Amino acid sequence: MAAEEQALQAPRSYRNSLWKHVRKEWKLYSFIVIPVVYFLVFKYLPMLGNIIAFRKYRGGPNLFGTEWVGLHYFRMFMKDPTFWRAFYNNLFLSITYLIVRFPLTLIFALLLNEIRKLRLKKFVQTVSYLPHFMSMVIVAGMVKEMLSLTGPINSLLGNLGMEKIPFITVPEWFPAIYIGSGIWQGLGWGTILYLAAMTGINTDLYEAARVDGANRFRLAWHVTIPGILPTIMTLLILDIGGIMGSNFEKILLLYNPLTYETADVISTYVYRMGIGGASGGSNGAAGGNFSFATAVGLFEGIIGLILVTTANFISKKTTKSSLW
Amino acid sequence: MKATPSYRAFQVFNALVMTLVVLLTLYPFVYLVAQSFSSEAAVYAGKVSFFPVEFTTQTYELVLGKPDFYRYYGNTIMYAVLGTLISVTATAVLAYPLSKEKLRLNKFFIPFVLFTMYFSGGLIPNYVLVAQGLHLRDTIWALIIPGAISAFNVILVKTFFSSLPNEVEEAATVDGLGVYGIFTRITLPLSKPILATMVLFSMVAIWNDWFSASLFLQSKEKWPVALYLRQIIDSAVNSTEFGATDASYAQIAATIKSSAMLLTSLPVICIYPFVQRYFVQGMMIGAVKG
Repeated sequence: MAAEEQALQAPRSYRNSLWKHVRKEWKLYSFIVIPVVYFLVFKYLPMLGNIIAFRKYRGGPNLFGTEWVGLHYFRMFMKDPTFWRAFYNNLFLSITYLIVRFPLTLIFALLLNEIRKLRLKKFVQTVSYLPHFMSMVIVAGMVKEMLSLTGPINSLLGNLGMEKIPFITVPEWFPAIYIGSGIWQGLGWGTILYLAAMTGINTDLYEAARVDGANRFRLAWHVTIPGILPTIMTLLILDIGGIMGSNFEKILLLYNPLTYETADVISTYVYRMGIGGASGGSNGAAGGNFSFATAVGLFEGIIGLILVTTANFISKKTTKSSLW
Repeated sequence: MKATPSYRAFQVFNALVMTLVVLLTLYPFVYLVAQSFSSEAAVYAGKVSFFPVEFTTQTYELVLGKPDFYRYYGNTIMYAVLGTLISVTATAVLAYPLSKEKLRLNKFFIPFVLFTMYFSGGLIPNYVLVAQGLHLRDTIWALIIPGAISAFNVILVKTFFSSLPNEVEEAATVDGLGVYGIFTRITLPLSKPILATMVLFSMVAIWNDWFSASLFLQSKEKWPVALYLRQIIDSAVNSTEFGATDASYAQIAATIKSSAMLLTSLPVICIYPFVQRYFVQGMMIGAVKG
C-alpha cells in the first residue's frame, strides 16, 4: 500500500511542480502558442496527411482520403519502371554530386583560409557567395543560355574545330550540367560553416605546431582539419541524409522529356504524378494521382530519415560529433 | 613565418585558383549583360562572348515598356515585404522562449521544432493541405504562410538570443520591465544583427520564389516576377508580346531572356554586396554553437 502510494505520488508531485512552473512562466510560454499552432498545422498536419498513401484520395475536401487501400499504392510504384529509373537517377546524381562537391568545398575553404590579404579574401568570398542568392529560375536560365547552340561554350567548341552539342537535350550531359551548375552556385556558400569553424580554432595550437617545425601544409593537416572535424561530420551527416533528395526546382527547370532518362528523380516524378501539368508547367503529365504520388514521397522521406539517423549514429560512435 | 620557396609557389598557385573561381563565378553574369545589349542577329551568329556586339538597348525598352512587367515586380515587392514581416516576427517570437534555459518544457518544444528539419510532410500532402484543406489557392497567403517559419532560422535566432548576457535582462527586470517589455525593448534592439540576417534571408527567399506561385496562383495578375521570368525563359509567353514580328517565332529571343533575367535579379545583385556581411554574420553566429 505504502509503495503504491509513493509510486502514485511521484508523478503527481512532478506534475504539480510542472504546473506551478508553467503558471509562473506563463508569459514566456505565451510566446510559443501561435508558432506551435503554426508548426502543428503547416509541418505536422502534412506529415499526418501522408496517410493518403494508404487511403484513396482523389482530391476534394476529405483530406485524409475515403477508404483504406493498404499498401496498394506502394505495390503500384514498386512495379513501375519509371519509379526505378527515378530512384536510380536520384542516387546517381546525389552521390556523384556529393563526391565531387564535398572535397571541393573543403579544399576551397582551406585555400580561402590561406589568403593572407584580408581584403582579397573578403572579395573572393563576396563574389563566390553571390550565386547562392540567385533565384533558381535565373540559374536555370543562365545554364540554358551558356549551353545553347549559339552560347559561349558551343562557340568555344566551334572555335576548337569540334562539333556543337545541344547539351540541354542530350541525356548523357545532364549529370554534368546538374553537378557543374550546383558547384557554380554552391561552392562559395558551402565554405561558410568551415570558415566559421576555422576562426574558432585556438591560435595557440598553430603556435605550438610552428615551434615544432610544422610547415603550412602540416598546419592545415594537423591543426585546421582536426579543428573543423565536427563541422565536416555535421555537414557530411546532413548530406548523406539528403541523398534521396535533390535540387528539385533546378531539375524541374532544366529537364525535359528528352532528358528524363537521366534527369528524372523521385521528387520530379512525384510532382508529375501528383500535380502534373495542372499548374501550367511545360512538363505536362497526368497529375492528380495524389495517393500514388504521396506514397512515393513518403518512401523517399522515410529513407532520408533512416539515412540521416544512421549517419548520425555512426558519426557519434566514430568521431563523437553528431547532430543530436 | 619565413616564406620558403615552396610556400611562395603555393601562394602563386592559390592566387591562380582564386582568380579562376572569381572569373568563372562572374562570367555567366558578364555574358548575360553582353547578350542583353547585343543585337539578336549577333547573338544567333554566336558572336557574343564578353562584350555587347552591335550595341542596342532595344530589348530593355521592350521589357520595360510592358506594364505587365511592373505589375509582377510590384507583386513581388509586396509579397517580399509582407512575407518578411510575418516570417521574421514569428521566428523571433518562437526563438525567444526557446532560448530560455529555465523553461522546462523546452526539452519538448526544441525537438518538436528540430524534427521538422529532418522530416517533412512532402510535396503532395503540403499541396493538398494548402490548396484543398485551407483553401488558400490563388491567395498570397499560399506563398507566404507555409514557409514562414523554418526550424533552421529559429535555431539561428535562438542561438543569438542565448548569447546575450543575462545581466541586461536582469537589470531591466529590476527596473520594472515585464517579459513583453524586455523582449520588445531590450532583446530585439540588441539582436539587430541576427534580425537583419533574417530579414535578408526571408526577402531573398520570397524574391526568388517561383515554385509555390506556380503551384497555387492561377490568376496571372497575381504572379511574382520570378514566375513571369520562368515563363519567358520557357517561351511559354506568346512571343509576339516580345516583338517577334509574327507568331511563327516560337521562341522568345535570347536577348530578351537575358535582359529579363538581369532586371529580375538586379535588386539582389545591387543590394547584395552591401548586406553580404549580415548573411555571413548570421551563419557564423549559428555555427558557433550549431
